[in-house]
Amino acid sequence: MLENLIINHYETAAVILFGIGFTTLLLHQNLIKKIIGMNIMDTAVYLFLAAKGFVTGRLAPIVVDGVQDMEAYINPVPAGLVLTGIVVSVSVTALMLSLSLCLYRRYRSLDLDVILMHVKKEWS
Amino acid sequence: MPFVCNFPFFSIVLSMFSGIVSSVLSGKTAKKLSIALLCVNLSLSASVLAYAFGTGESYVYRMGHFPAPWGNEIRAGVLEGVLATFFCTIMLLALAGGLQHIQQEIEETKQNLYFIMVDLLLASLLALIYTNDLFTAYVFVEINTIAACGMIMIRHTGRSYVAAARYMVMSLLGSGLFLISLSTLYGLTGQLLMSPAKEAVAALRAGNLYMEPLTVTVALMTVGLAIKSGLYPFHSWMPETYGYSTASSSAILSSLVSKGYIILLVKIYYRVLGRETIMQGKISNLLFIFGLAGMIMGSLSAIRESDLRRMIAYSSVAQIGYIYMGFGLGTEAGVIASLFHILSHAASKGLLFISATGLSDVSDGGRHFRDLRGAGYRDPVAAAGFTVGAMSMVGLPMFAGFISKLLFATAAVQDPTKMLPTLVCLAVSTVLNTVYFLRTVLTIFTPVNGDGKEKARGLTKGFAFKLSVLCFIVLNVVLGLFSDPIVAALEQGLHMFS
Repeated sequence: MLENLIINHYETAAVILFGIGFTTLLLHQNLIKKIIGMNIMDTAVYLFLAAKGFVTGRLAPIVVDGVQDMEAYINPVPAGLVLTGIVVSVSVTALMLSLSLCLYRRYRSLDLDVILMHVKKEWS
Repeated sequence: MPFVCNFPFFSIVLSMFSGIVSSVLSGKTAKKLSIALLCVNLSLSASVLAYAFGTGESYVYRMGHFPAPWGNEIRAGVLEGVLATFFCTIMLLALAGGLQHIQQEIEETKQNLYFIMVDLLLASLLALIYTNDLFTAYVFVEINTIAACGMIMIRHTGRSYVAAARYMVMSLLGSGLFLISLSTLYGLTGQLLMSPAKEAVAALRAGNLYMEPLTVTVALMTVGLAIKSGLYPFHSWMPETYGYSTASSSAILSSLVSKGYIILLVKIYYRVLGRETIMQGKISNLLFIFGLAGMIMGSLSAIRESDLRRMIAYSSVAQIGYIYMGFGLGTEAGVIASLFHILSHAASKGLLFISATGLSDVSDGGRHFRDLRGAGYRDPVAAAGFTVGAMSMVGLPMFAGFISKLLFATAAVQDPTKMLPTLVCLAVSTVLNTVYFLRTVLTIFTPVNGDGKEKARGLTKGFAFKLSVLCFIVLNVVLGLFSDPIVAALEQGLHMFS
């Protein structure tokens, strides 16, 4: 069991980072920290995918010197997934940041609990 | 391949293009474009459905003609056709019913942005229904989330910002779990297209290889999509989100957006993991328990609520519980009952949200029960809509909700161990539903002056609102009276699925 964790140390690190990001996003009340948590969570998945896609001793799948043997190159699909994922997480981060900005302009706070208190006072 | 096979692809791309074009249009033109787009998509989906009925089998549409393990695919059959047609109808009606509110509550320069969100939401929902590729599904799940968040926060009030922030946080947790489960599934199978991935999963199961990682993947995927669709312990964002966004947004979010994720989950269960994996991993038992808990707890919270829109939102928690309970039964009849409930809940909940805003509009915008007394005399159309929606939710015969409860009960009888809890919870939940919906109907029909003749106070509703409520009522009655062909179509579609 422990051996497997050490052999696949990239994946282990990725899953630990995912857990850190997930709990930060879930439990922190500060909106900026939530956004940071979300980014850690997403980046951990990219690390996982990149580690899964890489095979030691092989090259990026760009044909050089006419070598067309499949064994010489790594699988390009995980890299493609990472790129797509980065695009998605950038747009989600932008949306979350703009939302935090709107909330901060109105309530002068980034703490979700404080904001909720203000909202309840304002609407009651 | 006949020309009609291109239609699923056309409808997704058309919706995305309309979204892009709307960004340079004025609010009015963008509105016309959105409505035209919904009508076009409705006819495209209906022809896909007719074609799938005609051939009696599903087809796979390869994008760019790359063969199976490499390309990206769209798949359409009877189930996809029914869902796409139905979703377009509901979206059109919900949008028409809330048009006045959109014009009133959103700044004039930003109205076209709302219709961009509507177009993108439609594109992502259709893509979730049609796609045959796991990673495409993830991307459209995120587009769906972003568009939904935009539709909530565009109202520019403090409450809607907070609602959007909470919705976003819960949704992002769900998407994170979904993404990592996709990555592990890709690591296990090496496939992203659903059909080859299913073969790979079957091979793993046959060799009894990697069973623990597979179980973890199934669990992560289920929890991720359950968070996004608002299953009971993860429902905290629902009352805020549905309660404080504009009327059309509430109707679309509750009746369509959360259902999109559920449909994706069914798709993954049937088309990738296989029903045996789900049953063996005991995931269905978990869904069953949380579904039952949601049915009861959602209704209890709804009874305590004195704000009309929030009460309807809590009722959604209970209805999502019904749907997951159906999956949890683990039989095919249960899944068909859940699929039918997706349709009937969409029809009734859309109607309830639209007519509830109609009722508050004639009561000086008040949303609490004390303001709503006698609202039924001030706007008879909205009151009729609300009454029909409430009767359907309670499950009176002739309306859509009755058929889904009947299907759930018959499905439950097939499983001796799950029969008793299901039937008891169905009965309790029906009684609780009756308590809060009957209370509301009685309140709106209690005259304030005693003679029942009252003048509307506040906004008077236009033709689009009345037409939308009328169509919603007809839809509910049609689902209630002529359910047999629809259930048969769902059954046929589900057979094509696996």
